Amino acid sequence: MTKYDELTEFLLRLGDSALIHAQRLCEWTGRAPALEEEMGMMNVGLDLVGQARNWYEYAAERINDGTDADTLAFRRDERAFRNLLLVEQPNGDFAVTMTKQFFYDAWQFHLLTMLKDAGDERIAAIATKSLKEVTYHLRRSSQWVERLGDGTEESHQRMEKAIDTVWRFTFELVEKSDAELVLSESGNIPALSELPEQWLATVNNVFAKATLTVPDEPSAFYLSARTGMHSEHLGMLLAEMQFLQRAYPDASW
Amino acid sequence: MYAQQVETGTKAIKSLAEMGPEERAFQEKIDAEIKIEAKNWMPDNYRKTLIRQISQHAHSEIVGMLPEGNWVTRAPTLKRKLQLMAKIQDEAGHGLYLYSAMETLGADRDEEIEKLHSGRAKYSSIFNYPTLNWADMGAVGWLVDGAAIVNQVPLQRTSYGPYSRAMIRVCKEESFHQRQGYEILLHMMRHGIQAQKDMVQDAINRLWWPSLMMFGPSDAESPNSAQSMAWKIKRHTNDELRQRFIDQTIPQLELLGCSVPDPDLKWNEERGHYDFGEIQWKEFYEVLKGNGPCNRERLETRRNAIQDGAWVREAAVAHANKKQKQQAAA
Amino acid sequence: MSEWTLFEVFIRSKHGLNHKHVGSVHAVDAEMAIENARDLYTRRNEGVSIWAVPSASITATASDEKEPLFDPSEDKVYRHASFYELPDEVGHM
Repeated sequence: MTKYDELTEFLLRLGDSALIHAQRLCEWTGRAPALEEEMGMMNVGLDLVGQARNWYEYAAERINDGTDADTLAFRRDERAFRNLLLVEQPNGDFAVTMTKQFFYDAWQFHLLTMLKDAGDERIAAIATKSLKEVTYHLRRSSQWVERLGDGTEESHQRMEKAIDTVWRFTFELVEKSDAELVLSESGNIPALSELPEQWLATVNNVFAKATLTVPDEPSAFYLSARTGMHSEHLGMLLAEMQFLQRAYPDASW
Repeated sequence: MYAQQVETGTKAIKSLAEMGPEERAFQEKIDAEIKIEAKNWMPDNYRKTLIRQISQHAHSEIVGMLPEGNWVTRAPTLKRKLQLMAKIQDEAGHGLYLYSAMETLGADRDEEIEKLHSGRAKYSSIFNYPTLNWADMGAVGWLVDGAAIVNQVPLQRTSYGPYSRAMIRVCKEESFHQRQGYEILLHMMRHGIQAQKDMVQDAINRLWWPSLMMFGPSDAESPNSAQSMAWKIKRHTNDELRQRFIDQTIPQLELLGCSVPDPDLKWNEERGHYDFGEIQWKEFYEVLKGNGPCNRERLETRRNAIQDGAWVREAAVAHANKKQKQQAAA
Repeated sequence: MSEWTLFEVFIRSKHGLNHKHVGSVHAVDAEMAIENARDLYTRRNEGVSIWAVPSASITATASDEKEPLFDPSEDKVYRHASFYELPDEVGHM
């Protein structure tokens, strides 16, 4: 299995996460709890597919073997995908979807805030553009977490259940990585050492307003997106998303 | 056409002489092309007809997201995915513009949506057909949006101000939908492999007749149509619009290098229009009655969305109320 | 009765222009109304500022008030610059 250099792997982690999260949002089409939310979710989805494309284009240039953004999105197997385990989890109800969205937005927000000052100019430019979008995403999902956590008895219970369902996958949002240490030491990206505390601070803050309890530190083993050790859900998601490119490899769309 | 067979509650059209002073003033305004606004006096049947037509139109936009939603998770490239997502989102937006226009007439959005879900309100028959291959995303944009645009362009001048303004906005935004659809097909025909070309022809074969049915049956005999036209809610007959659609579509079809499943289709030099075969109205009425291939699934999906989301909407209200109380206490 | 409140939406399309009514949205509070309006009415770069006002808070003129309210200004021609005839020598004023 191909393992690329640290920088390319890092770009794929960002691009894959954005695309897979957007793919899950697409599954909500015509099924959102309010018509206004159809608009909101699709807006977030559009932003994320756009971000994925930007990260992929840069990654493809680095790989430099004729690969393009579409090949990266539609021709790789699940073991090659580097997206966060969190975003590949099934949508569940609106509480699960919003909890995933919020955890992901908070992570993206703090990460992109750091990356906009990256030594690698390309990364800095994509991060600067994406950060504007993600600032709005985080504002929106924070509000929904607050509404649902501190709404009705039922919505509160659903949120607690949702947190319990996806919390274990958040270990990836707070883990330190050697690869990223290498990238920051070589000056490509800033040090990301404060990302875990910042992410957790945002979660604590919003959960307090939402009357929700932050669980203990997530512990995990075996699974890891960095090595393509995904949950079983990703394979089915890709089978659907990649169908046309796989069934008609010679076609042009 | 996104609104089909709208009931006007009219058996015969009144002449100005038969009208009371308020109704006469109203009709004279319409005849003088002055827009009717929400707070103006209007006949009860005008109001009811508009609520029916605008809500049907809005329902069609919302249900119309589903056939495309069926492929948005399978779009073949990032570019196509973005385009389709944006188009579906516009449809939700257009539904909302229209519901907003409808609410100026005193109708309640939730009540009208409930009528849709209980089968008491109609929506366009076209969305009860399944989308079975990727080329359907092209054909829906080209044919279905194309037919809708032919209907909607004159509706920009419809007599009710808020409806007219909503349609202006919709038309402006929808111009990309049809082009997007046609470009999908053109690319598959010009740059695709045989399997893709077969998809395109298959999609056109399935969607051609249902697209023509979108305009509704011939309305020469219908008092509903005549009344809607007298009120300038509607500005052309169904047959006129259908002919206009066919005339503008066939040259585009030829450019694609495809055909339509109508052996009687041919250019009539004398009329300056295309002649076409007979439409199977029995099928149209069956679909309208709820017996189309996807009627049940479409409505079930929409019903579930609103039912499953009830707790979310309630929680949002409960939270807003709590916050308001806290602020009042502070 | 609608579950969510109806808000009227006004958008400033460019700096220096007035806010203009564009339609309505449903929302539970003002904050959500602004976001829903943003997602619905500014998808194509249409705005730089949004106002959302609960529809119930808007006071409007009634149609039967049209004559007493607006007709009296019809004959006040002296309020318009074109009413005043000046010799050409004055130039642009």
